[in-house]
Amino acid sequence: MQGESAGETGSSAELTASKDDYLASSSEDSSTPDELALGLTLGVGDSRLFKSPRAGPVILTAKDLPSFVRASSSPPPPPPPLSASSSSSSSSTLSRAEGGAGTKRGADSVAAPTASSQVVGWPPIKSHRMNILVNTAKSTSTGEFDPIIEKNDSKLAALEKINNVRHDESGNSMKVLCPKTSLFVKVTMDGVAIGRKVDLNAHQCYERLAETLEDMFDHPTTKVNATRSNRLTHHGSAGATRASKLLDGSSGYVLTYEDKDGDWMLIGDVPWRMFLNSVKRLRIMRTSEANGLGSTELYSQFSET
Amino acid sequence: MDPKKSRDSAESARAAQFPDEVLERVLSLLASHKDRSAVSLVSKTWYNAERWSRTRVFIGNCYSVTPEIVARRFPNIRSVTLKGKPRFSDFNLVPQNWGADIQSWLAVFAERYPSLEELRLKRMTVTDESLKFLALKFQNFRALSLMSCDGFSTNGLAAIAARCRNLTELDIQENGIDDNSGDWLSCFPENFVSLEVLNFASLSSDVDFDALERLVSRCNSLKVLRVNRTITLDQLQRLLVRAPRLTELGTGSFLQDLNAHQYSELERAFGGCKNLHTLSGLHDATALYLPVLYLACANLTFLNLNDTALQDEELAKVLVHCPRLQRLWVLDTVGDEGLEAVALNCPLLEELRVFPANPFDEEVNHGVSESGFLAVSYGCRRLRYVLYFCRQMTNAAVATIVQNCPDFTHFRLCIMNPGQPDYVTNEPMDEAFGAVVKTCTKLQRLAVSGLLTDLTFEYIGRYAKNLETLSVAFAGSSDWGMQCVLEGCPKLRKLEIRDCPFGNAALLSGLEKYESMRSLWMSACKVTMNGCEVLARERPRLNVEVMKDEESSDGQAYKVYVYRTVAGPRRDAPPFVFTL
Repeated sequence: MQGESAGETGSSAELTASKDDYLASSSEDSSTPDELALGLTLGVGDSRLFKSPRAGPVILTAKDLPSFVRASSSPPPPPPPLSASSSSSSSSTLSRAEGGAGTKRGADSVAAPTASSQVVGWPPIKSHRMNILVNTAKSTSTGEFDPIIEKNDSKLAALEKINNVRHDESGNSMKVLCPKTSLFVKVTMDGVAIGRKVDLNAHQCYERLAETLEDMFDHPTTKVNATRSNRLTHHGSAGATRASKLLDGSSGYVLTYEDKDGDWMLIGDVPWRMFLNSVKRLRIMRTSEANGLGSTELYSQFSET
Repeated sequence: MDPKKSRDSAESARAAQFPDEVLERVLSLLASHKDRSAVSLVSKTWYNAERWSRTRVFIGNCYSVTPEIVARRFPNIRSVTLKGKPRFSDFNLVPQNWGADIQSWLAVFAERYPSLEELRLKRMTVTDESLKFLALKFQNFRALSLMSCDGFSTNGLAAIAARCRNLTELDIQENGIDDNSGDWLSCFPENFVSLEVLNFASLSSDVDFDALERLVSRCNSLKVLRVNRTITLDQLQRLLVRAPRLTELGTGSFLQDLNAHQYSELERAFGGCKNLHTLSGLHDATALYLPVLYLACANLTFLNLNDTALQDEELAKVLVHCPRLQRLWVLDTVGDEGLEAVALNCPLLEELRVFPANPFDEEVNHGVSESGFLAVSYGCRRLRYVLYFCRQMTNAAVATIVQNCPDFTHFRLCIMNPGQPDYVTNEPMDEAFGAVVKTCTKLQRLAVSGLLTDLTFEYIGRYAKNLETLSVAFAGSSDWGMQCVLEGCPKLRKLEIRDCPFGNAALLSGLEKYESMRSLWMSACKVTMNGCEVLARERPRLNVEVMKDEESSDGQAYKVYVYRTVAGPRRDAPPFVFTL
């Protein structure tokens, strides 16, 4: 090891790129507007976040991209979070799918500043703090403690809304209390082609949510909103006595949700507020598909009425 | 008597005067692990005396050594500090399940250090099973500190609370954990009174407040209490009246509708805390409720406001009451005007951290700029630690800042748009960091940003002779830059690089260097597998680990982590980590 200095020098001479060589080759590889946008594909919906030079989302296929981009043969990731934060497993998906392309683009375009929002792990803020930032920004407008971490899609929307709110209030020193914002998540049901959306923040517990969902999918043309559920609870014990078919397993379906780690979980195990923290979307799944989870004992905590 | 004999007898006379027990006793007073390392190199006698007297061990990279080796060398350890994952894992650059699991260490400690008292972990994976194991196997266990760790849930904390009879410290910071419920707090037995430090600020679920109140009441030695956001102001008041001797307080939510009576009770409670030197939390605090604090701020040295989005006037009003402030963390919502208030009111300030409230918002009219930093440098001449997130900066401003404050030991500047030049002159930011390293001769830690050419790194290599940690992102023009740093900074220990045009030549220019460093991280650079293989071949005492993307097949070494080790290649590496 020590005595091979000649060989070492030789190999490092081969590997050495002089400054000029590098600069020449980097100008060959230097980014075009196409490449600036290349990290932004693969299912990203919100073009507002990724401000590509051209208007609207840019869909690039493998053949649009120069050869240094790895041709992706892996299945497209689930709707990825838009920011490099909060959920580490979905963001490692993000970094796999986008980070390579995105950050490589960053390396090549040293001369052209790229927007910080397009890059994984940048700015270097700890993922734990990301969650706190959202809560801080959100709570100053809601005026109440609300530990809900905004769904990643609407996180930036919430922040932008807060910024607008802030501007309006610049004259006041006190924060104005605004109504709680909504937390809409997608709901799909096995066998039903068209999905729905439900505002989780308008519900107080699993039972209310299940009722809303049953109404939604039993009467698909009915525009169901949360106020209907609220009316039920206002009518005294009406809410408590109506046992939810979804929750007690008698309907042949189980209610599941995808959490921030990308795992599909059964509804009802964790406290409601914690569920709100981690839910990304809902799925009403046939019990036969739920891998043997469809026994009626499952939701025993809901059938105690 | 011939000279050799006289020398020998003189030596043995000295040795007789200085028996091992005395040496051990003297050495046991040494606290710093760097001093102890130095001492252990003096002679075999001193090596042995040191190892027998060492009770605290610090391991900066858990893969640099095995627990068996540690236990063999140090038989009497009571306190272990371990750091695991590379720092960039904080920013999601390291995949899940990378490693740094504490369990293999605990298994050895259970056998060799059954009297272990303290465990301080940073960026390690800790499962609930490990926490239960810890609670079960170590009867004398007293202090647990988990910072930026993952893998456990509140169930593990419940086990600790229930079984560790002598616990004095439970410090849970910034972890990515499953927060199942707050019941863990109720698991402290009713006759448990020894707690001195309790920090659960980063947990998000409700805790049983009655249990917390009783716990605080009966733990008379409680000095540090950091509650989480679910604790309301009136609950805080009840805690404070039971713990007036607190030196460090982290509050919960600071937003609640209080009536006049509650307000004055709260104010009085804060007034009773005469020993408070550190304050944090203050979630959602507004001008309305901040004044309750003022009576407690007289002796405050550390104020952490990065969980509350204050405006400049609100900050100014608080700072007027904190004349002794040495460390301040704020969100950039305070703006440059807020920082001017800092300059005006905090002449003793040594550390300032300004975090971005909206890091992904690209509008420049939010946050702080070079003028805020400049203002602080004029008013706070003792500044030595800064972490500053901003959207614009100039070379001239930085040059003036370091002239005002030449004592910087930690200079971490993050211009949030990668590769952004001086916004006035449009030039690279090379001269800014050149000024930093030329003027701040005590600089230990540097993080650079903005548009940077190799010139920055030439400056660093030439002037930063005390630099130990360097973080680089989106910077440099060629291999030459990294080479300058590796060849020029004698005290360099940690180098972390992402998205820079440094390739194999740069990597290999550090062949002579890496064994004197703790670690090197390079991601999204121009290093290839060939280069890594050469490095691994030339330096068998380094672990050269490459993390590959599933998609990458072109010989690109996407993420490289190099570190010195006496433990050999990792035995627990996941499939995506290749040790060359």
